[in-house]
Amino acid sequence: MDITPIWLTLKLAGITTVVLLLLGLPLGWWLSKKRSLYKIITEAIITMPLVLPPSVLGFYLLLAFSPRHGVGQWLLDTFSLRLVFSFPGLVIASVIYSLPFMVSPVKSAFQQLPASLRQASLTLGKTEWQTFWHVLLPNIKPSLLTAIVLTFAHTLGEFGVVLMIGGNIPGVTRVASIAVYDAVERMDYPAANNYSFVLFAITFVLVISVFIYNKYQVKSPLE
Amino acid sequence: MINIDITKKLKAYAGVQELRIKKDIAPGSIVRITGPSGAGKTTLLKMIAGLVKPDAGIIAVNNINWFDAEQNIDLQPQQRMPGFVFQDYALFPNMTVQQHLEYVTQDTEWINRLLAIGKLDSFTTHKPQYLSGGQQQRLAILRALSIKPKLLLMDEPFSALDVKMKMDLIGELRPLFKELGATALIVSHNPQELDGVADDELEIN
Repeated sequence: MDITPIWLTLKLAGITTVVLLLLGLPLGWWLSKKRSLYKIITEAIITMPLVLPPSVLGFYLLLAFSPRHGVGQWLLDTFSLRLVFSFPGLVIASVIYSLPFMVSPVKSAFQQLPASLRQASLTLGKTEWQTFWHVLLPNIKPSLLTAIVLTFAHTLGEFGVVLMIGGNIPGVTRVASIAVYDAVERMDYPAANNYSFVLFAITFVLVISVFIYNKYQVKSPLE
Repeated sequence: MINIDITKKLKAYAGVQELRIKKDIAPGSIVRITGPSGAGKTTLLKMIAGLVKPDAGIIAVNNINWFDAEQNIDLQPQQRMPGFVFQDYALFPNMTVQQHLEYVTQDTEWINRLLAIGKLDSFTTHKPQYLSGGQQQRLAILRALSIKPKLLLMDEPFSALDVKMKMDLIGELRPLFKELGATALIVSHNPQELDGVADDELEIN
């Protein structure tokens, strides 16, 4: 079995999760504060990948990344960066596609913390950043871990968006889910089974690990 | 001197009611705040702390305006730094007793003294979830004191303590307030709780 698609899948999921962690934490924190029309619109946009068919999202991203016009052309002309049918394009598409899996749990976790925790820290003379880092963030750890694992697992299973943006280039964009589809197309069921089993095993272990961790941790520390 | 002259519209079940407070408080005094549930006692403390904004008026502490609606002055809670004891304690679940105090100050001597006053010196490695209600409440009081505040805002700070512990703690806190030169505003539902301790009273209706 060629393990390149598995390696590529893990690399894509790892990079996507790290990028989403950096984006999702401040975004989730911002969205958890007082609601405004801007926030409702932002949240709706972030949630769209959950309800849109992946092919629709992939189609629009394909148009946006196209080197013939708009952003895609600018990126190609300025940075010689081609997003369509490339690994960086896959990463950006995955980040957009998995955004709600990181942001929603983080936002909900921040919202469930009592407002008095933040207020207490402020009255002790601490800045918003110190409060975030020392008080709020450590107290959403179980939810954050769930968000990280869900994002990683969701990226492992991406198919529609990946196919639209990346196609099926071995060693570049041919991730495990595409390799399964490709093997089935070729009637090579043993190969399809190998890739499928590896994906199944990884995601199962991830999900069961979170469930076990949360069994002990998710209970509110205030109880 | 603390001068409070503020108004704030409060949302209540029956509609909107206006909270109007006008009070001058002598420095170093202990003021008992009383009133029925929902009258705005907690809101008053939060307005003084800078956590809730009054609709109009002035809050001045030692001739410094903390809030002045007309002059658009509204100091941040970090600039006001009152010692605040929250009704729900607002303890940090991720921190031990010792870490709660070390989060605020590195003065080991002061921390040890506070721990002794609150009788928590045997529980320094415990997180709040492993403390009793009374111990949690004492930790909330110690944390508020750890910044050596000039103004203490205490929202029912003794409600979870037994009578003996309450009397002991009040007995220890009184000279400590004097030493710090702190003025204390204490919300209390129990009319007898601060008898002989409070110098002044503010009733909110």
